[in-house]
Amino acid sequence: MQDELIAIKGLNNGLLISLSPTESWQSVTDRLAARIDERAEFYSGADITVELGERPVPKYELSSLKALLERRGLTLSLVRSKSDTTRESAQSLKVPTENRAAAARPPASTLETAPLNSEETGAEGVLFRRTLRSGRTIHSDGHAVVIGDVNPGAKVVAAGDIVVWGKLRGFAHAGASGDESAIICALEMSPSQLRIAGYFAAAPTGKDSGLKPAVARVRDDEIIVERRD
Amino acid sequence: MGGKVVTISSGKGGVGKTTATANLGISLAGLGKRVVVIDADIGLRNLDVIMGLENRIVYDLVDIVEGRSKLRQAMIKHKKFNDLFLIPAAQTRDKMAVSPDDMVTLTDELRADFDYILIDSPAGIERGFRNALEPADEVLIVTNPEVSAVRDADRIIGLIEAADKGPGKLIINRLKTELVKKGEMLSSDDVFDILGVTIIGIIPEDELVLSASNSGVPVTLNLQSKAGMAFNNVARRVIGEDVPFMNLDKSPGIFQRLVQLLDGR
Repeated sequence: MQDELIAIKGLNNGLLISLSPTESWQSVTDRLAARIDERAEFYSGADITVELGERPVPKYELSSLKALLERRGLTLSLVRSKSDTTRESAQSLKVPTENRAAAARPPASTLETAPLNSEETGAEGVLFRRTLRSGRTIHSDGHAVVIGDVNPGAKVVAAGDIVVWGKLRGFAHAGASGDESAIICALEMSPSQLRIAGYFAAAPTGKDSGLKPAVARVRDDEIIVERRD
Repeated sequence: MGGKVVTISSGKGGVGKTTATANLGISLAGLGKRVVVIDADIGLRNLDVIMGLENRIVYDLVDIVEGRSKLRQAMIKHKKFNDLFLIPAAQTRDKMAVSPDDMVTLTDELRADFDYILIDSPAGIERGFRNALEPADEVLIVTNPEVSAVRDADRIIGLIEAADKGPGKLIINRLKTELVKKGEMLSSDDVFDILGVTIIGIIPEDELVLSASNSGVPVTLNLQSKAGMAFNNVARRVIGEDVPFMNLDKSPGIFQRLVQLLDGR
């Protein structure tokens, strides 16, 4: 939804709410209240940075904005503005200020502008873009992705999931620090052994059983391998 | 920089590294190249035996490294080829007597005078292998079409890659076509499927290799031998010729064809 009056984005440490500097204060704050009420639970408890651009906001208007947020369980923790008037208002309300407009400079990192609903913002992981040969190992505190084969005698251990874009013929241990929801995917699933958290599974038997893309996961206290053809 | 250092390696023992080194050395010399072969298997030398030069050894690799002999003094000229030399390993010392840096110094000295410097690596992944790998421009990995040898070759290729010496090229030794057909031996395609590195030679099983090794006359000198021909082809590929792989299939005789027909195959 494109909103001309306000924009809400996720920050590392809370939310950034940008209010249009040109539309009437009343319509902007009404819209803001409505947007927050739509997903009250989701926004509740967040630290808010408000971006006001050039608009000079007198103390009473800013005070009502602060109250509006606080009634919904949000904390106004920073005011960004290019206007001296606005910053003075904020200071008299004991709200820290920053003299800049967010749009005026590029974000310090992509994390800062990651959309609110992103599934993962920078989980640690290892990406290996070669064949992992016998005797070699990968250890990851997050996920592990191998673009290539994992040969017999090679070993992949990850706290999270393991994805092999190639043949998995070696040893793979996902959820190594106990996460039973971890999964192992491979284009060809013929491992010497699979482990997920504390569960073990030996190589699938039968000649062609491993030759299709498959996902391994824990279900009902055992590792099951589902083919995806 | 002159000559090229080619290391012959395998991981697993007994797959035919030394036989391959001797035959490649002879084939390259036969192609008019100036060649020196170095036995880096200190303590377990046998390249000299296979090349029939055992009783000419006076000095060895360790003598050169420790300064008891000049490089030229330790080099043994082959009986048949004037441009083929052997630097033998010491029999009474161990691999720690030579360092990877020593090998680089030695081969750098040889590069000026030779086209190819072949190093016969010992089995294993320890010091001896490191010694053989360090100076290499190219690595040939010898393997047999069997699971354990391929596993070790994979390990070696991983170490070669980690040392930035490229993935190397593969020589599949002792392939028995009849067993492959029966599904009892890995085929060259199976081996390639696992290792994923270029195959530079496929050497068929050949009884002549054993008698050749025992007599100190490498099999590549025997024109009757398929294995000898295959080694010769590897040498030609090493110098950059484009040689097609030989057809290892013996065409079945009339009787076998009849049997196949009756079997409905």
